[in-house]
Amino acid sequence: MTTPASSEVPVHTGSTTTRLLGIAVLVGLVALILLGFFGAPKDDEQADAVRLIFVHVPSAFLTYAAFSVTAVGSVMWLWKRSVWWDLVAHGSAEIGVVFCSLTLFTGSVWGRPTWNTYWDWGDVRLVTTLILLLLMVGYLAVRSMGGDDSAVATRSAIVALIAAVNLPIVNRSVEWWFDRTLHQKSSLTDGNLEDLTLFTLLLGVVVWSLFYVWVMIHRFRVGWLERELRFGDLDLALAQRRAEAHTINDGGDR
Amino acid sequence: MWRDVVLVAGKDLRIEWRSRVTFSQVVPFAGLVLVLFGFALDANRPVLERATSGLFWITIMFVTTLAVQRSTSIETTDGARRALLLAGVEPVAVFAGKAAAVAVQLLAVELVLVGGIVVLYGAEIDSFLLVVATCLVATVGIAAAGTLLGALVAGVRARETVLPILLLPVLAPVLIGATRAFDDALGSVAVDGWAWIGMLAGFGLINLVLGALSYGVLLEET
Amino acid sequence: MTHLGYLLVGWGVSLGALGLYAVRVMQRGRRAAARVPADRRRWLAAEETS
Repeated sequence: MTTPASSEVPVHTGSTTTRLLGIAVLVGLVALILLGFFGAPKDDEQADAVRLIFVHVPSAFLTYAAFSVTAVGSVMWLWKRSVWWDLVAHGSAEIGVVFCSLTLFTGSVWGRPTWNTYWDWGDVRLVTTLILLLLMVGYLAVRSMGGDDSAVATRSAIVALIAAVNLPIVNRSVEWWFDRTLHQKSSLTDGNLEDLTLFTLLLGVVVWSLFYVWVMIHRFRVGWLERELRFGDLDLALAQRRAEAHTINDGGDR
Repeated sequence: MWRDVVLVAGKDLRIEWRSRVTFSQVVPFAGLVLVLFGFALDANRPVLERATSGLFWITIMFVTTLAVQRSTSIETTDGARRALLLAGVEPVAVFAGKAAAVAVQLLAVELVLVGGIVVLYGAEIDSFLLVVATCLVATVGIAAAGTLLGALVAGVRARETVLPILLLPVLAPVLIGATRAFDDALGSVAVDGWAWIGMLAGFGLINLVLGALSYGVLLEET
Repeated sequence: MTHLGYLLVGWGVSLGALGLYAVRVMQRGRRAAARVPADRRRWLAAEETS
């Protein structure tokens, strides 16, 4: 492969793929807003507050998807020592924290008009998601503390696994703790949702997923570049040393 | 292997015993927290009685972060960790030994604190057996998770602040479970305390396995 | 439309936060890319070149 001239190499993390993805996200978003606000009918009980689930449910879905990717990436780092997976795990956790915060926020905003409370301790998914957020903030804290690259990767991979393993226990314990839940038992499957509402919800999940992929590609490249920056200085120093060694050898031996 | 576990645990406990930190600082700290909760809740007996089990276990969570930090700093100073590995002690044994030492210290603090809630908060113990069982089972889980995370943050900058951020959310199920079991044992809320002990045992087991599996990786690489 | 305030806050914060995060990631990328030599900027091919 020929090395492209420096003018051809982009000074940003975009590419044709990300540009196409970005356009798809924007188009989808416009459709989602139109359908969400004007297309989907209002709910019998929740009136127009139901339109918040079009951002809440996709955020929740992507929260768990993103953290699952982090868990997989962590296992792959520990198993194969794959830097690629390590960068994916880190990026996905960061995006996951954004989605997780949004899930909790939109859930609160939705809970106020529908359940008449911003927060309910008896709700299992709510409390579990909050603990998940705290765990992942801890994960990012370990990441940001720096140190030797592979040590940081190993450390944070184990944190991710601890979080992944303990989260079901948190969920169980909260469920037993109050033994009740405000959340409707999966409104997706019981057929109570109008067709258009369901369609809009699925569109929301698709748009949010596309956004995740798009921002993940950017985030991965950022992680890669920053890694290059950390190692770049080292390589430069090594190259200079080698050059010095060559000149000495050339002069001395012959 | 079991000999190594006992050796490591004995070493840590001996260091603690000689430095007297647990008794001269950690136990007074725990007592202090109980007193402060008393101030915060305005020494209101009914409220205190209702909240006793929760306050007890919150205090234990605080004490855990201190105990784990002590236990970790023993190994990080003077590269003692490397020396342990070079001496041919298996990482699993190091993990089990250190967790055991932390557990013993926590149990000692819990013993004092049970006296504290009886005297200060007027707690009446309905089922002594349940109190003992809760303390034992919960402490195993706390010590396992604490020791693992302690080793994890050992090489990290600002580990004093990172440890609580990581440890306390992980311990959330223990706080819930042990508090409920104590509620039953103290007769303040009608719940089935023994069912919660099962949950605590599950937590302990899972975190012991997790620690045993990953402690070696941590010791060698970080 | 009922609950318009809640709707605007929920949607607004969601879209705002996601947008802001995306912009920040791309800015971070531009800043980092400007400092990395051109021949090392090929993230996906870099495994084979190094």
